Amino acid sequence: MSVTSQVEPLTKIKSKRMMKLLASGKRLDGRGLLDYREIKIENGVVEKAEGSALVSMGNTKVLVGVKIETGQPYPDLPNQGALTVNAEFVPLAYKYFEPGPPDENSIELARLVDRGIRESKTIDMEKLVIIPGKEVYVVFVDVYILDHDGNLVDAAGLAAISAILNAKLPVYRVKENGEVIKMDEYVPLPVQNCPIPVTMVKIDDKILVDPTLDEENMASAKLTITLTKNGEICAMQKSGLGAFTLDEIVEAQKIARKKSSEIREKFFREWC
Amino acid sequence: MKMVEKRQLVVPGDLLAEGDYVAGENTYKEGNRIYSQKIGLVDFDDKKIFVVPLKGRYIPKIGDVVIGQIVDVSLSGWTVDINSPYKAVLGVPEVVGKSFSPKLDSLTKILDVGDVIVGKIVSFDRTKDPALTIKDKDLGKISDGIIVKLTPTKVPRLIGKKGSMINMIKRETGCEIIVGQNGRIFIRSRNPEKIELVVKAIKMVEEQAHTTGLTDRVKEFLKIEKGVKND
Amino acid sequence: MTEIKKLIDENGLRVDGRKLDEIRPIKIEIGLLANADGSAYIEQGRNKIIVAVYGPREAQPKHIGLHDRAAIRCRYHMAPFSTDERKSPAPSRREIEISKVIREALEPVIFSEYYPRSMIDIFIEVLQSDGGSRCAAITASSLALADAGIPLKDLVAACAVGKIDGKLAVDLSDVEDKLGEADMPIAYIPALRKISLIQMDGIFTEEEFFKALNMAKDACMKIYKIQKEALKQKYLQTEKE
Repeated sequence: MSVTSQVEPLTKIKSKRMMKLLASGKRLDGRGLLDYREIKIENGVVEKAEGSALVSMGNTKVLVGVKIETGQPYPDLPNQGALTVNAEFVPLAYKYFEPGPPDENSIELARLVDRGIRESKTIDMEKLVIIPGKEVYVVFVDVYILDHDGNLVDAAGLAAISAILNAKLPVYRVKENGEVIKMDEYVPLPVQNCPIPVTMVKIDDKILVDPTLDEENMASAKLTITLTKNGEICAMQKSGLGAFTLDEIVEAQKIARKKSSEIREKFFREWC
Repeated sequence: MKMVEKRQLVVPGDLLAEGDYVAGENTYKEGNRIYSQKIGLVDFDDKKIFVVPLKGRYIPKIGDVVIGQIVDVSLSGWTVDINSPYKAVLGVPEVVGKSFSPKLDSLTKILDVGDVIVGKIVSFDRTKDPALTIKDKDLGKISDGIIVKLTPTKVPRLIGKKGSMINMIKRETGCEIIVGQNGRIFIRSRNPEKIELVVKAIKMVEEQAHTTGLTDRVKEFLKIEKGVKND
Repeated sequence: MTEIKKLIDENGLRVDGRKLDEIRPIKIEIGLLANADGSAYIEQGRNKIIVAVYGPREAQPKHIGLHDRAAIRCRYHMAPFSTDERKSPAPSRREIEISKVIREALEPVIFSEYYPRSMIDIFIEVLQSDGGSRCAAITASSLALADAGIPLKDLVAACAVGKIDGKLAVDLSDVEDKLGEADMPIAYIPALRKISLIQMDGIFTEEEFFKALNMAKDACMKIYKIQKEALKQKYLQTEKE
């Protein structure tokens, strides 16, 4: 069951200032409507994980760990590896995150990041089979929010793709007697795409990228569009209590297309 | 016997003195030894040893002027977030006078969720949440301007001895400034560049509160910044 | 086939090259999170742990508030990617027990009676685990509490002593804990000269126990010095700027 949630209200004078600045195309932190905060990506921060990346966008910090194990394939996809994306909104990241099982926001984020990776066939799942129909690789992508100042989806998406691009796949060999043994050898994950999500919010009639927490709380609606390296849209999600006009969605798509290429060019050049 | 020097940086558990001393603020005594409770600068006042903390939440004190945000309205009044472990209560008589009879929607016309007020703490003890009033002079609702945050323990530094620092900043920038003891500062001016100057001055206090000669450095900084703008 | 792994070699050195009384290298960062009131990050060997403190703040739900002191909430939680095999994010019985012993290791130093009806939260996330994580978590939690400006009697330093290949050794790593004969974590409050956490599993003779206790206390004092240095470095740094 989903329930309308409490949003942390801004003071009236702050919201007044925000609206005044927006009218002239500026934001509280001095950015233009289509400017990102400083993005930093650090790979390999957790050595025990097969892949990991820490992304910060302004004060938002998200850590993604990739663990690769083996297991049975899904019964309806016997010749493919398996992928699971999970997100933890841990209480240390924000004063209103409570300990407990993932809530609807955390689940929505995980599923959105998952769709970006899965629909774009970022990981070639058919290369992740050890014994067809019996034993396959299972890739776990765990998103850990460490500090929340808005735009968790983009930070999580970037961290996930960076962790995956830098992940090492343990090699398993099947002996003649059918026994599967783990070799002390690693190869890169078979990656063939680079999906980048772009989240935008609508405040009044303006569209902004990379919203801070204050901007998310002021926004009437939020839209994430994920694009592949070929410019195809592979995932979309609207959230929030408000609504977008068709023109706004078309405009948002143009913005997302431009921004996702810029980010891919800057951080994942080999995938342009 | 004192184990530390004036203005030395101490941390929790540091032994400050042994013997016939009095444990002042942010210190505690165990036997005849006095230890620090917080990260801060140690200071002495004759036989009393105390620590000026570098960080900490605001704990309300009666008489403090604070800047808060209305977070809830009920028939008896308003609940105010004053950046403290305890939310403050603003009762109707402290806003409109005793003869007023409130209905919920007329209360929101006076003060609504999201409004910012300058108030004064009139009561607070261990069993009850702090209570505010906005009836005195210079108190009331704030409708424009900006609010800047400062660690509450550094507010005295921003004010300065007998107001020396804050009055200097007001003079140099010409801005209207109200300092809340709870680490919230209100700035208003017709000139947004002047507001920026005050914001930068407050940032200097945040970062250098524990150093000496700060008032002069802030004054220098403001003079230079103003000079730059006039070129 | 069982291959007996030697934990101590002919030169008296351990698997990672340490001597028996040597603690793993420690790296500390304080105040790294923007949202938390206080925060600290510790690396001890291959342990990587981040702690955030929120509070004192309003007790939520109201009924957990105590009339005469702050309620301390402590949550020790391991990230799914923190161990060799992925761990389910749902709290295990081990994490629940460790949350309790960590809280009880820190409660004696917190002046919680200053903040009745409020709550102080300590959130511990283990990003990578390699043995002795509850001790490293306590060490970091003390720093996060101090960083939050919460009044403390002292910092709490924690370290474990165990028995490997029949010999007592300090600060066991994961492989030493798994293959060793005993493990005893302790938390020590130097200003009060008191122990606020002691647990043990394995086998100790009385003599071994006394020796281990003193070894652990000495290790805690080493860690205590590192904690104080880290705090002073962080705040002196701001002064230099």
